Amino acid sequence: MWKRDEAVKPTGPASPATPATTPAQQTQPSVPAQPEPRRHQMMERDVVNIGKSVVIKGELNGSEDLTVEGHVEGKIELRDHVLTIGPNGKIKAQVFAKAVIVLGEVNGNVTATEKVDIRDGGSVDGDIISPRVAIAEGAHFRGSVDMQRKGGQPSQGKADNAQVARSSASNVGSQPVAAH
Amino acid sequence: MVYHSSLSLSDLFSRKRKDETADAGTDWPVYPTKALAKFLTSLNARSQRLLLDLGPVVGTNVNFFGEELGCKIHVEDVFKDIDQHVAEGKLDALPSFLAKRFSQEDDTVDGILCWDIFDYLDKASAQVLARELIRMLRPDGVLFALFNIVEAATKAPPGFTRYVVADRQNLQYRAYRSGRGKQRPLSPRDIQRLFEPLHISEQFLLKNNLREVLFRKPSIEKTTPEGKPASHRAAD
Repeated sequence: MWKRDEAVKPTGPASPATPATTPAQQTQPSVPAQPEPRRHQMMERDVVNIGKSVVIKGELNGSEDLTVEGHVEGKIELRDHVLTIGPNGKIKAQVFAKAVIVLGEVNGNVTATEKVDIRDGGSVDGDIISPRVAIAEGAHFRGSVDMQRKGGQPSQGKADNAQVARSSASNVGSQPVAAH
Repeated sequence: MVYHSSLSLSDLFSRKRKDETADAGTDWPVYPTKALAKFLTSLNARSQRLLLDLGPVVGTNVNFFGEELGCKIHVEDVFKDIDQHVAEGKLDALPSFLAKRFSQEDDTVDGILCWDIFDYLDKASAQVLARELIRMLRPDGVLFALFNIVEAATKAPPGFTRYVVADRQNLQYRAYRSGRGKQRPLSPRDIQRLFEPLHISEQFLLKNNLREVLFRKPSIEKTTPEGKPASHRAAD
């Protein structure tokens, strides 16, 4: 019997009195009083989407986050915003943005002031300049990476690397040693 | 806390077992490395460094070398090239392909990460690749390579290894499928000859049957009477 009650419980830390919500509603739990159309408008304003069938040749400037699913040739400049190249996106351009997330194809140099993230299935042929770069295992990358650091500073990346070493320490059954 | 309303106790246990099996597949072995720390130390003394990584592309490594050295890293996945040539049945064309593969100028690269690429190459391809690497390497530049010292098991499925830098002293070995297996191991003398006029500055024999070698290109003072670095003469 108790199982039936548990099944309708929300999985998050929300109070038990909160009514059950759909996954779409859970993404914005802090604005329950907002009417539905206005919230929709806000989302549209925050992220602009260039659809699959759109082809842009030339210079693309913007002051909001942008997701590209279509084709862009030329130059993309979103200095203070996030550019996402979706799985269908094909970019043949120089890219300047705060952060760039690549799930599609990029042919050209990418400059980001914060981070470049090439996800599984994403492809970059060109040089990357960014203080942080993440390349997933299934990603394709050909070019150079310039992280513009002067070395010696501890970073999150190093902590992650140390974690790799610790987590796999149990596998070092026959630890090799230098013979020379 | 996730509530499983329709799961029995046995379902929960079988699910746990399944998860454990999946995790075990990604738990790759980690082996110590001696030469990597020396490679990093050699490069740290330089400014405006350029590092060439012969692949495959590993995000963790790009981050590690970027953070550790603050240098520009150029990734050229030669492993992928080998795989592609094998898939297309054009292995004979690999030497000529490698001769034109790199766009870098002479004497411009400070450090090269070869990993174990030479274990997968035939003699002709290995000679061409070595000549190209020597050409690109700056005087006093360093080259890090791994060489297998035992004959690969014939029944072993062909595959490459991703060497993921865990830290300065450890590398994680992640095997992955490919069309080409390891070739006959090179003897120490073959290795030395292959990379002449580079000299071996450090060499370590590891318990996992790999030889770590750190090569160094002679500095600019050691030039030929014509004023050319010794490497140019050897490459010709």
